Amino acid sequence: MPAIFDFSDYGALLGVVGNSILAAAILGLVGGLLGVFVMQRDMAFAVHGISEMSFAGAAGALLIGVDVLGGSVAGALIAAAIIGLLGTRARDRNSIVGVLMPFGLGLGILFLSLYPGRSANKFGLLTGQVIAVDFEQLGLLIGGSVAVLVALLVIWRPLSFDSLDPEVAVARGVPSRALSLAFMLILGVTIAIAVQVIGALLVLALLVTPAAAALRVSRSTVLVPILAMAFGLASALGGILLAVGSTLPVSPFITTISFAIYLVCVGVEWLQGRGRMRGGAT
Amino acid sequence: MSIAAAGPEPAATADPVIRIRGLSLRAGGRRLFHGLDLDVRPGELVAILGRNGSGKTTLFRAILGLEPVATGSITVLGAAPRRGNPRIGYVPQQRIVQRHAPLLGRDLVMLGRTGTRFGLPITRAADRHAVAAAIDAVHGHDLASRPLGELSGGQQQRLRIAQAIVHEPPILLLDEPLSSLDPAARAEITALAAAQRGRGVAVVVITHDVDDELRRADRIVELSEHGCWVGTPAEARARGIHDHPHHPDEHDHPEVPDHLDPPGPVT
Repeated sequence: MPAIFDFSDYGALLGVVGNSILAAAILGLVGGLLGVFVMQRDMAFAVHGISEMSFAGAAGALLIGVDVLGGSVAGALIAAAIIGLLGTRARDRNSIVGVLMPFGLGLGILFLSLYPGRSANKFGLLTGQVIAVDFEQLGLLIGGSVAVLVALLVIWRPLSFDSLDPEVAVARGVPSRALSLAFMLILGVTIAIAVQVIGALLVLALLVTPAAAALRVSRSTVLVPILAMAFGLASALGGILLAVGSTLPVSPFITTISFAIYLVCVGVEWLQGRGRMRGGAT
Repeated sequence: MSIAAAGPEPAATADPVIRIRGLSLRAGGRRLFHGLDLDVRPGELVAILGRNGSGKTTLFRAILGLEPVATGSITVLGAAPRRGNPRIGYVPQQRIVQRHAPLLGRDLVMLGRTGTRFGLPITRAADRHAVAAAIDAVHGHDLASRPLGELSGGQQQRLRIAQAIVHEPPILLLDEPLSSLDPAARAEITALAAAQRGRGVAVVVITHDVDDELRRADRIVELSEHGCWVGTPAEARARGIHDHPHHPDEHDHPEVPDHLDPPGPVT
């Protein structure tokens, strides 16, 4: 069995893949932050559905020879718009996602089967290929992530109000419908970016797991997003740094780190619960 | 705590903060109630009664500018109702808070203060002070740092009231604030409503707890599709309004013991 890790030329390698690392790191931050709202709005399943449609868009673009990132964004935005417009209630949303997801995945597999090119590209869309993404595309990924981050911060408070206390928020004049569409747009763009980095099948590891882990150990409106960003960053950055020194792809490292963080947080939550019981408080 | 000590008598001359004339509301083509005339003045407590589906919550939504008026008019603080008016505090019917909601007690109150603002989420000192003052007003110091999902119904309700009064609104709308609370919590919430009334806030309460509210309110309003009734608690009792048939599920609240429930001055 060949060695999985080889850090001998690590410094030189880091220089070559510097932008990939940056792209993954920023995506980790954005994914953690966005994940907080994904959890609050009960949209984990929708995230998965949008990422499969994003995969279909990317595969379609690959087949007809246009920009893969563009196809990925188009697929994600179409899915996000459909889910956002038709699925205002959780139950409707889940059934729409349940219908869209296999359709998107099937469509993507069809496009890839028809595509005559290298098989590495095929696999990459499903399971991640950030180190293979070219220089200009990396710029777009980074720019897109930063734009999403800024947009999210600008709508942060009304979006929180709408997610956590919708009845009062509407009464107080929060533009619920517009916010919900803006959120779907932000989600679509982020997922399209995440598909490039970690692959369509594994998007949840950056958009749900870090936030879910943070919610295990804190209930603070301030602390949860900060922890989620830190967990997302640790997963994405740790994953890519390990992958650079190894022969394996990035994704399994990211998913494993993010899952390990989640497990630790479950443990911490359990300890907190025990501590509270001993303290006699409710 | 007695309302007689807490509240000034409502000045009959004060301009009403809510003025309703000949109001009818509809929902999905069905008439909910019609012919409502009502003035609510500063420092008054008005209790809204009526069967399920008689339009009690819809009336609140109309006052909040969320529901169109079929016929008649509503004037709120001298103007037509408008959505997002920070001069109305609103506590909707309780709903279950997810146990894992990332929301501490003070976060809920802060949403009421800054939740409508776009821009970088930076909290100003003035907002922190306002939130602390509102939490003080509901005696919620010990709740501020606790996750909302882990608090009892009465504790959550106190924080919702803090959220509603964080802008010090002259009008407070409470939609069934006592439902599913235990007697001690009901007494607390009732005392908070009385304290707001004592500060000159006009408090409008939707309730099924007829006997409870009848003793406290300045006026009783009964909404009905056959025409609305407005009168004093004494008139309401004479009319036998407390025998009004309600949905059986809403009669399962234990009575508040009398020592927790001193009679109000109005009868």
